[in-house]
Amino acid sequence: MSISVKNISKSFKTVNAVKDVSFEVKEGELFGLIGPDGAGKTTIFRILTTLLFADKGTATVAGFDVIEDYKEIRNNVGYMPGRFSLYQDLTVEENLTFFATIFGTTIEENYDLIKDIYVQIEPFKKRRAGQLSGGMKQKLALSCALIHKPKVLFLDEPTTGVDPVSRKEFWEMLKRLQQKGITILVSTPYMDEAALCDRIALIQDGKILQIDDPQEIVKHFPTTIYDIKADNIYKLLLALKEYKHSYSVYPFGEFVHYTDKRDAIDTKELTLFLKDKGLNNIIIQPTETTIEDTFMELAK
Amino acid sequence: MKDTNVIQVENLTKKFGDFTAVNAITFEVKKGEIFGFLGANGAGKTTAMKMLIGISKPTSGNAKVADFDVFTNSEDIKKNIGYMSQKFALYDDLTVKENITFFGGIYGLSRKKIEEKRCLLVEELGLHNIVNELVGSLPLGWKQKISFSVALLHEPKIVFLDEPTGGVDPITRRQFWEMIYKASNNGTTVFVTTHYMDEAEYCDRVSIMVEGKIEALDTPKKLKEQFKVNSMNDVFLKLARNIE
Repeated sequence: MSISVKNISKSFKTVNAVKDVSFEVKEGELFGLIGPDGAGKTTIFRILTTLLFADKGTATVAGFDVIEDYKEIRNNVGYMPGRFSLYQDLTVEENLTFFATIFGTTIEENYDLIKDIYVQIEPFKKRRAGQLSGGMKQKLALSCALIHKPKVLFLDEPTTGVDPVSRKEFWEMLKRLQQKGITILVSTPYMDEAALCDRIALIQDGKILQIDDPQEIVKHFPTTIYDIKADNIYKLLLALKEYKHSYSVYPFGEFVHYTDKRDAIDTKELTLFLKDKGLNNIIIQPTETTIEDTFMELAK
Repeated sequence: MKDTNVIQVENLTKKFGDFTAVNAITFEVKKGEIFGFLGANGAGKTTAMKMLIGISKPTSGNAKVADFDVFTNSEDIKKNIGYMSQKFALYDDLTVKENITFFGGIYGLSRKKIEEKRCLLVEELGLHNIVNELVGSLPLGWKQKISFSVALLHEPKIVFLDEPTGGVDPITRRQFWEMIYKASNNGTTVFVTTHYMDEAEYCDRVSIMVEGKIEALDTPKKLKEQFKVNSMNDVFLKLARNIE
């Protein structure tokens, strides 16, 4: 196992940030911690990167204990924290040289590993990090976290606030790194990114809700979801919530995702009910469960 | 009255030195409309929004917001709009109640009106147990819901939302959108930016900015037809190149 977490708990004053969390990440795996702000993701990252002691439980990273062998862990992992981790007043090149030097290596020695990413920001290597755009900062931070060729890479919300195009590119970079044998633990609040991981843990309020691979995790959803559409989405939402058999009603892209308290829905009856509420152009059809549906059901 | 324009923008441009951040954008937003304002990081969304809310002077072009000119009446604009962003919304060191009183006061509401609004808000959002808590101690989802309501305290004609749901859990994100629908249903115009493409589908119309220009503007349905794809995510990927 590349990362092994056993019954970790951590509290801050009155907040139980992490509650009895256990999971394992295999060597070379791309593992995602999926959950919103405040779920405990950052606390788990800080414990695993030896920056914070857990109150209870044990954990190892690359075979080293997070307390006993903290120095070995620091030499063997790369960590890209959620908040900007670079020196704003140093240039792109200076930042990278700085990180290489403190790990006793050089840019040239491990250039292969970062080449794909670094070439994209190399034209700006004399620019101060503080003057870079969000996407470029992200690429520089990733290069800095990789420059000492870590065995395990920790990425805490690398794509938060990043637009869909840059997010897609970032995940393509992660896939290429994974092929180079690096184990990656990544966290994200975007449920659509979960599908790109080998395995995921859904996490909320410090507790792990479920661990599985993305294809399997949706099978934990207990019932059929229906896509429903009508000419006025707000009226549709209100009407569905009023419907006596309704179990859950959530806007979901161009449709509303609806589940019923009964095993099967009565499409005719529901259509009539909605028409009675003044809705037109009604479409009701079964749909596939997404990871986000699963998350919401588990988090309820 | 869905046909009245509450935002009217014509060739609006903002230059910083020789860099054109916003390049002659033209569009209008109707009363009660939910208007999605999308674009890649650095496409010029924030700069455009700053001009519309009256805190940045355009280099050239025309824009009217709630019938006020952005060049000559920016102070009137500020009184007639609500604004909420992911980064700044409420004061962490004040309680929920104090925040409501403070912002009500800023917007010039009477004590009586503030009291009325507060009771309504507590009831609607179910804030009974947290109204005297410091905002800093609340989960992000709560903060965002309260700060949206605070942005609506003075019953503005238009509310500007800058990535209101970033990092918020999926259930709260949906509750937030139900609040947006409700506001729109009451005639408030909603101007919103987001990086969640499923949220783009919730908008009446969506514009997509690329390198300072508006490259697409239509209903989500028509945009998907135009680009022959099945989701707004794919529309976005087809259109928004990375400008770095």
